[in-house]
Amino acid sequence: MTEFLQHVVNGVSLGTIYALIALGYTMVYGVLKLINFAHGDVYMAAAFAGFYIATALGVRDHPTIGKALAVLVGSMAAAGALGWAIERFAYRPLRNRPRLATLITAIGISFLLEYGFQLPSLQAQGRTFEEVLRGWGWAVPGWLHSLVGVLPANFPPGPTPRFFPEPFTRIDWTVLGGVHISNYDVVSFLVAIGFMLLLQWIVYRTRFGTAMRAVSFDPRVAGLMGIPVNRVISATFVLGSVLAAVAALLVAGSRPRIDPIMGLMPGLKAFVAAVFGGIGNVPGAMLGGIVLGLAEEMVAGYTVSSFRDGIAFAMLILVLIVRPEGLLGRPTVEKV
Amino acid sequence: MRAVRAVALLAASLAVVACQSKKPEAEAPAKAAAAPAPASDKILVGHVGSMTGSEATFGQSTDNGIKLAIEQWNAKGGIKGKPISLRTYDSQGKPEEAAVAATRLIVNDKVNLLLGEVASSRSLAMAPVADGNGTPMITPSSTNPRVTKDKDKVRPYVFRVCFIDPFQGTVMAKFARNDLKVDRVAILRDVGNDYSMGLADYFLAKFKELGGTIVDDQSYKAGDQDFKAQLTAIKNKNPQAIYVPGYYTDVALIARQARELGMKQPLLGGDGWDSSKLFEIGGKAIEGSFFSNHYSPDDPSPRIQEFVKAYQARFGGVPDGLAAQGYDAAMVGFDAMNRAADGSGAAVRDAIAATKGYPGVTGIITIDANHDAVKPAVVLEVKDGKSSYVTTVAP
Repeated sequence: MTEFLQHVVNGVSLGTIYALIALGYTMVYGVLKLINFAHGDVYMAAAFAGFYIATALGVRDHPTIGKALAVLVGSMAAAGALGWAIERFAYRPLRNRPRLATLITAIGISFLLEYGFQLPSLQAQGRTFEEVLRGWGWAVPGWLHSLVGVLPANFPPGPTPRFFPEPFTRIDWTVLGGVHISNYDVVSFLVAIGFMLLLQWIVYRTRFGTAMRAVSFDPRVAGLMGIPVNRVISATFVLGSVLAAVAALLVAGSRPRIDPIMGLMPGLKAFVAAVFGGIGNVPGAMLGGIVLGLAEEMVAGYTVSSFRDGIAFAMLILVLIVRPEGLLGRPTVEKV
Repeated sequence: MRAVRAVALLAASLAVVACQSKKPEAEAPAKAAAAPAPASDKILVGHVGSMTGSEATFGQSTDNGIKLAIEQWNAKGGIKGKPISLRTYDSQGKPEEAAVAATRLIVNDKVNLLLGEVASSRSLAMAPVADGNGTPMITPSSTNPRVTKDKDKVRPYVFRVCFIDPFQGTVMAKFARNDLKVDRVAILRDVGNDYSMGLADYFLAKFKELGGTIVDDQSYKAGDQDFKAQLTAIKNKNPQAIYVPGYYTDVALIARQARELGMKQPLLGGDGWDSSKLFEIGGKAIEGSFFSNHYSPDDPSPRIQEFVKAYQARFGGVPDGLAAQGYDAAMVGFDAMNRAADGSGAAVRDAIAATKGYPGVTGIITIDANHDAVKPAVVLEVKDGKSSYVTTVAP
């Protein structure tokens, strides 16, 4: 029984991470009908942003709550900016093209981030950010000098995994006669639930949410009604990326190895979780993430561990055969 | 379409960055490439190593060891009066890259001797290339038997200066049974890794033979972030120790997660643990665990202390086992080239095969009929954030 409960704790802890990433997938899909395959890599980039900020602040030797918050906010801001830039420069120019073009672009952006981050750092190449910018023909204005100087010299990080310092002290509790649970598990779960409720509130209770739903229903008509479509879509991307940053920090804090392809598998699994729960549906993404986490955990714990991903995914296929719209999704009605 | 241009510009600039990045890797003097000297004037040694990637310290340490060996030979006047130079290519920790790098070194750069790789899966990708082109290859630390032996046939040009998995797995099984006196051990192996699978199999066989019980045999994939499912299953079987023959980044995470689940058993492993990153990522969780290795820098014998001192003076920091192996591989190669009748691949190969009783840092090296080195192994314990010597196990 203890073993089973421990598996449940582990599975939920893993599942909340998938859920947080899946929320980003599902929101973008809900609004744009676009699978943003670069989402997992935004998650990775956010982890590295957190890593650089934490290194600059010296979190490793002296972790404090203030620094942890600074890392969180900084990494959320960086991820939000990246999400905005991806939408602005990669997806928006293609918005009125066939949907396939955007999908391929999403995969391209994903690869660009994964392999771009694996390049040797500027430091190793003996260059600085300023020189790179000048090389691109962009003169750095005087007031930006100090800002550019702050940027880490060891960027891109290269393929070597880095050690992510613990943002806050880990506390382990033993409950129910031998089930181990840590404050990270509890915080992750509460944060994920909190964000799900927040999103639910934004989508159904705010003006912005109404605008989002209108854009999702028909962007052109929404535009004609005076809704700033571009701004709504940008904001959706920023929101989704910020959630990825939260997930990244929760993962990196307790499993402190980060590398440029760390977003690949969680990204794929979160996508599956989103589809499983009913893509476009916020509580569905949450449920899908947790079910997937539990399924993986149980398969690895009770059967052959190398079948972990195989059986978990096969189960998902079965569910989708029975319920193609996902657990909480509404069946799509053919519009006339 | 300004935005599209922006993306194209970004892609182009990344490509520029990528091209420029090749520069720092080429350690070899650019002169050699610019004005190809006659092959007889110089000895060119190629090294394929994981200079980046999740086992980056493996390649970097090995490369340092090789550099030290080359500098010492050059200080003595080189091999038969010819200076030695080194060209290192990065395998990025990928077998396919290792094969490409080996081909490039042999075909384009025409190296006289090929050194590398640390990981068996990557040496396995390089071995056929070296064999097919008749270039002698010495792997410093690949312990999988298949590296030098293709089914029943010994690869004529491929050698190693380390022991092999059957021995390493056996050493740990003996140590667990005889020194730690444990009877119940669980195994957690990396399914995608020839090295890890080999070690686990040989450990399992020997441990059972010695009367122990394997209570569980779980697996993971390199790069996984979460090992708690397997560890919880293992915990329930209540073993006295867990054998984790993986590479250091995964092992460090496994150790942390095991402690988080309240498991206090020591972990046991192989030479894939040998990296300072293990202690950095693993922290307190890895303390009190044991692994088998090629040598210990604590060994008081003068041959080892001399090497440790020279390495520290040159690179700073204590050389790990892979640096010592890299040094020995280069030294054995140079010693053979010095003895060889001429510089041809076949002559050097025969000289390497005839190596007998060479006093290396990692032990007295004798190449046997299977092109393996017969050497003792040491067992190290992780203590206070570094490894400390426990015992030596003879073949």
